Amino acid sequence: MMATAATVDPMLPQPYSVRQVVKETSDTFTLTLEPPALEPSSGVYRNRFQPGQFSMLWVFGVGELPISISGDPAARDRLVYTVRSVGQATQTLVSCEVGDAVGVRGPFGTGWPMQQAQGRDVIVIAGGIGLAPLRPVIYEVLHNREKYGRLVILYGARSPHDLLYRRELTAWARQRETQVLATVDYGGLNWHGNVGVVTTLFKYVRLQPTRSLAFACGPEIMMRFVARDLETNGLARENIYLSMERNMKCALGFCGHCQYGPHFICKDGPIFSYDRMRPLLEKYEL
Amino acid sequence: MATRTPALLTLEQIERLVLLLHGRGYQVVGPTVRDGAIVYDVVEKLSDLPVGWTDEQEAGRYRLRRRNDEALFGYVVGPQSWKKYLHPAEVRLLTAERSGHTFRILNNEPAPPRRAFLGVRACELAAIAVQDRVLQGDRYGDPIYAARREGIFIVAVNCTQAAPTCFCTSMGTGPRVRGAFELSLTELVGLGKHEFVVEAGSDAGAEVLAELAPAQAVASQATCQEAEAAVERAASQIQRRLDTTGIRDLLYSNFDHPRWDNVAQRCLTCANCTMVCPTCFCTTVEDVSDVTGTHAERWRKWDSCFTQNFSYIHGGSVRSSAKSRYRQWMTHKLASWIDQFGSSGCVGCGRCITWCPVGIDITEEVRAIRESPASSSQVRKESSHGNP
Repeated sequence: MMATAATVDPMLPQPYSVRQVVKETSDTFTLTLEPPALEPSSGVYRNRFQPGQFSMLWVFGVGELPISISGDPAARDRLVYTVRSVGQATQTLVSCEVGDAVGVRGPFGTGWPMQQAQGRDVIVIAGGIGLAPLRPVIYEVLHNREKYGRLVILYGARSPHDLLYRRELTAWARQRETQVLATVDYGGLNWHGNVGVVTTLFKYVRLQPTRSLAFACGPEIMMRFVARDLETNGLARENIYLSMERNMKCALGFCGHCQYGPHFICKDGPIFSYDRMRPLLEKYEL
Repeated sequence: MATRTPALLTLEQIERLVLLLHGRGYQVVGPTVRDGAIVYDVVEKLSDLPVGWTDEQEAGRYRLRRRNDEALFGYVVGPQSWKKYLHPAEVRLLTAERSGHTFRILNNEPAPPRRAFLGVRACELAAIAVQDRVLQGDRYGDPIYAARREGIFIVAVNCTQAAPTCFCTSMGTGPRVRGAFELSLTELVGLGKHEFVVEAGSDAGAEVLAELAPAQAVASQATCQEAEAAVERAASQIQRRLDTTGIRDLLYSNFDHPRWDNVAQRCLTCANCTMVCPTCFCTTVEDVSDVTGTHAERWRKWDSCFTQNFSYIHGGSVRSSAKSRYRQWMTHKLASWIDQFGSSGCVGCGRCITWCPVGIDITEEVRAIRESPASSSQVRKESSHGNP
């Protein structure tokens, strides 16, 4: 009876079990959650998500958060989230131990247009934790290498210590037809890489603007400049996609919080093409 | 399908209607007088209604006043709307209990009573249709709303008088009720008579009407004309106008209009307008737990785009100025609502005007923008925040 109610009501979280917590940086953690099997011991799970989608994660008695799914879409037996600890709910979430339960609703929202990306170069541009919702794109491209053109990953973080998935970044850079460039705001003495905002990396990339699709996620100010520079480099606005963020309570389109002009970020987004976002990005306090 | 020709009911038959609805298992809710206002509450008998009361409304002003007759529906609209019942101000989403590492959701909410709404005005009927679209006509439905909405018996009432704050004629919602109702009433009172022209709007309504055995199964033509004239009189009393011509594009293209600064000088961002609005649907969720940490609840509560927290994301609120919050409310209500749900979010009930403590008038704000639209050359270029 209870399980039935939970499956039909999109507002009721389902308890998922924490399988692993990995510390990525001083304040950012990656949680692997295991869903309850549809039938116990059947090994059948109902997890499917599109790269770019998010879940609502509920911390018992504390609060609920919209968190992008950062794992491999091919791995159906788990959901992976990368969370930066900034408040009470995220702090409690990243302090979870293996076996603890986290409430999950979703997945919600639109994904990155992977269908449209087939046969084209995929340009991934991330700022900070904005790499999390883009990692499923990277997995998808690398698992299905023949379907896509070149993969370019441009990643900006505040400092070398704030770079997420460092070992994976190195591994991805060794894959064929893959270019990975990272930059930081503050390098320090041991950093021999790029320093500067993520748009400064464009000059190292051989873009094929008419054969590329660009996916960007990061602070809004970063995405505005990234989209502008991509356009300058010849990408059409409709081939640039951004992952937007607003306050969210329900993820179902009726709490009203995530409105962005006429759009509800939760159900119309979070992924939007730049041609739809451009007029809105220019509006301060929209 | 039963006949839909107007019939005539006496005052006693209205009393019987309430009892009959009780008998059919409905909790009857309707207008009552409390705390100097007409508010919706449980109605057990005719005398629970605001018999002989009317309301005086103006921007920022609401007073009850005695009528010189015993009219049941001789007022306009009060601070509450039917969203009080359909989309409550506070509702528990879930109760959960922790056991060991995991938790379980206890879905033990009692089903809401089956309700009959007595005295739903045309603008309010339109507002219910607007919330139907938002809360159950989109990709996801709200199960809480659906459970409360299903099987509602609506007794609508045609307005025979208007308040100075009314502008339903501009929004195309009234004063004559249209749309889905079970029964509609037009009250005729004065010169020693007190009767009601009644029409059935559904099979359920026709069934109840047949059981009432109307005084006249078919109201006389003269009576029908009298009822028609009473509603016409209400329409002609309406002074406020909101010109909706091209309103979506008007507001979209006037994002930087100086009027937003002007209204921000007056707006207290108190959120009264959103609380009294019959279509405003925004909510927040609050988590609570007991001191042992084993029992948790999630409560959904009305929220308002006028609060600073409403748009909070890491780094601060998106809409921190009063200007941006008023603009969001009005632009959503009158413009982006059309893109989102195919209609205006405003039904012209005038509550936001009456209950604004400083008397901000949405029709006046629209007029101000319409009369001096900021042409693109006048629009201040937004450069201060580093737009590319």
